[in-house]
Amino acid sequence: MNAVLDFIAALGRAALNLVRTAGALTLFGLTALSHLVRPPFYWRIFFGALIEIGFFSLPVVALTALFSGGVIALQSYTGFAQYHAQGAIAGIVVLAVTRELGPVMAGLMVAGRVGAAMAAEIGTMRVTDQIDALTTLSTNPMKYLVTPRLLAGTIALPCLVLVADMLGVMGGFIVSVVKLDFSAPAYIAATFAAVKTIDVTVGLAKAAVFGFLITLMGCYHGYTSRGGAQGVGSATTAAVVAASILLLASDYLLTDVFFSQ
Amino acid sequence: MIQSTPKIRIRGLCKAFGPKIVLDGIDLDVMPGTSMVIIGGSGSGKSVLLRCILGLIPADAGTIEIDGVNVLTLPPRRREEVIETIGMLFQNGALFDSLSVWENVAFGLLAAGRRHGRRPSRAEARATAGRMLEQVGLDPSVGALSPAELSGGMQKRVGLARAIAGQPDILFFDEPTTGLDPIMGAVIDGLIVDCVRKLGSTAIAITHDMASAQRIGDQAAMLYKGKLIWQGPAASLLNSGNPMVDQFTHGRREGPISMELRR
Ligand SMILES: Nc1ncnc2c1ncn2[C@@H]1O[C@H](COP(=O)(O)OP(=O)(O)OP(=O)(O)O)[C@@H](O)[C@H]1O
Ligand SMILES: [Mg+2]
Repeated sequence: MNAVLDFIAALGRAALNLVRTAGALTLFGLTALSHLVRPPFYWRIFFGALIEIGFFSLPVVALTALFSGGVIALQSYTGFAQYHAQGAIAGIVVLAVTRELGPVMAGLMVAGRVGAAMAAEIGTMRVTDQIDALTTLSTNPMKYLVTPRLLAGTIALPCLVLVADMLGVMGGFIVSVVKLDFSAPAYIAATFAAVKTIDVTVGLAKAAVFGFLITLMGCYHGYTSRGGAQGVGSATTAAVVAASILLLASDYLLTDVFFSQ
Repeated sequence: MIQSTPKIRIRGLCKAFGPKIVLDGIDLDVMPGTSMVIIGGSGSGKSVLLRCILGLIPADAGTIEIDGVNVLTLPPRRREEVIETIGMLFQNGALFDSLSVWENVAFGLLAAGRRHGRRPSRAEARATAGRMLEQVGLDPSVGALSPAELSGGMQKRVGLARAIAGQPDILFFDEPTTGLDPIMGAVIDGLIVDCVRKLGSTAIAITHDMASAQRIGDQAAMLYKGKLIWQGPAASLLNSGNPMVDQFTHGRREGPISMELRR
């Protein structure tokens, strides 16, 4: 009997914790957003984050996109060759890349790179009293640290994904033309016939949501970290894990909303 | 008339972290233009007291009045305005390591200017920062370095320069001279006294150094077990007549405080 009660109590505690974290996170995000419309806005921090996310993530994102596009082409070839439907490969590649692989791959890469770095930087500022020092120097730490980063993430990731889309399609193109002996003009024509504007725009909209979530997780876990170097370490891990899970979960929801008619 | 309202007036301030009671009913008055030195054992809650006044840690109970206004019940925006008039030197310096030394020193000037619409140019701010660095005994060329390139004592002095750069009404110093050599310590003490005498600022300083406490302080108070067990003129710290203060200021192993600890 007691064991059952203990179990239920533990379950309840976990549920309460989840609700509490969700509430704190929502409040954190809304507070940060509310600073968007209340000046000042810290352009320096914003451009710094924009460069860090948008520019310095380019190599990783470009390489992952190139290889993913190539892999999709190879895999679908082995599947479709049995049915003599190789012609569909261009379409498969471009749809997979623009709708899913581009945003998700770029998002996961940025979560690992930028989400972790943000959590570590802000977390270190927290445990060394730098965030408290901001308050005493007429600067709202949310406005200074969080808001510009959130905006930068939301803007930079779609730009990255646009690049990832192009390179992903190029990866599929290279594999199909060089390795599978497709005709290049036919492949290109098939690509443009298959893709619609909505595929790309929804992919980019997803990317904006992912960018927001990744930077939100990085900032939130850094901002709320405690307890020295170890606390910063676990904040960094938590930021990456939470960002990756939220990214995939929201990807499912967004796909359901936009593509399931 | 002005003299009759304390600049800072604390009544019944309590703060506990879980079961651990750190502040247990603090009553403290600091008059305008004077400085208060707070002494007390390591871990007795001195830094927590300053953080509570700044609102960095929420207090559990009590009132904190600055210029007669209870800051604990103010709405956040008004409270920020009050906090803006307080300069704080943190115990560990708390310099922004992503910025250069001069940007650290000028940070408050630029931020306050941005808020009030008369922001100094970066060149002006840099010049001011250079002057502040000279005041704390650092060469202005240090301004171009990053905080990580400084020694601990230098970081402390940069933190001090940052705290006083905006000429705030109220100054908090958390162990301003810890980690400095005796001569530099005396220079910094003199600088703090100057801030209070010349600018008319009100100061609260935490220190473990009795010589420094007597140089800086007009008044002194000792924090022990969450309460201010003694308050009096800083000049009488070494012969206060209170056995606990005596033991503390003379650094004796035997006395009422060690008895408590052993029990
Ligand atoms: N954020 C916190 N969470 C939990 N406990 C805390 C926190 N901050 C301080 N404490 C506890 O409060 C007590 C007082 O800490 P405080 O930093 O004020 O000491 P102090 O008097 O400044 O000591 P020192 O002279 O060593 O700086 C300590 O026992 C510390 O463990
Ligand atoms: Mg302390």
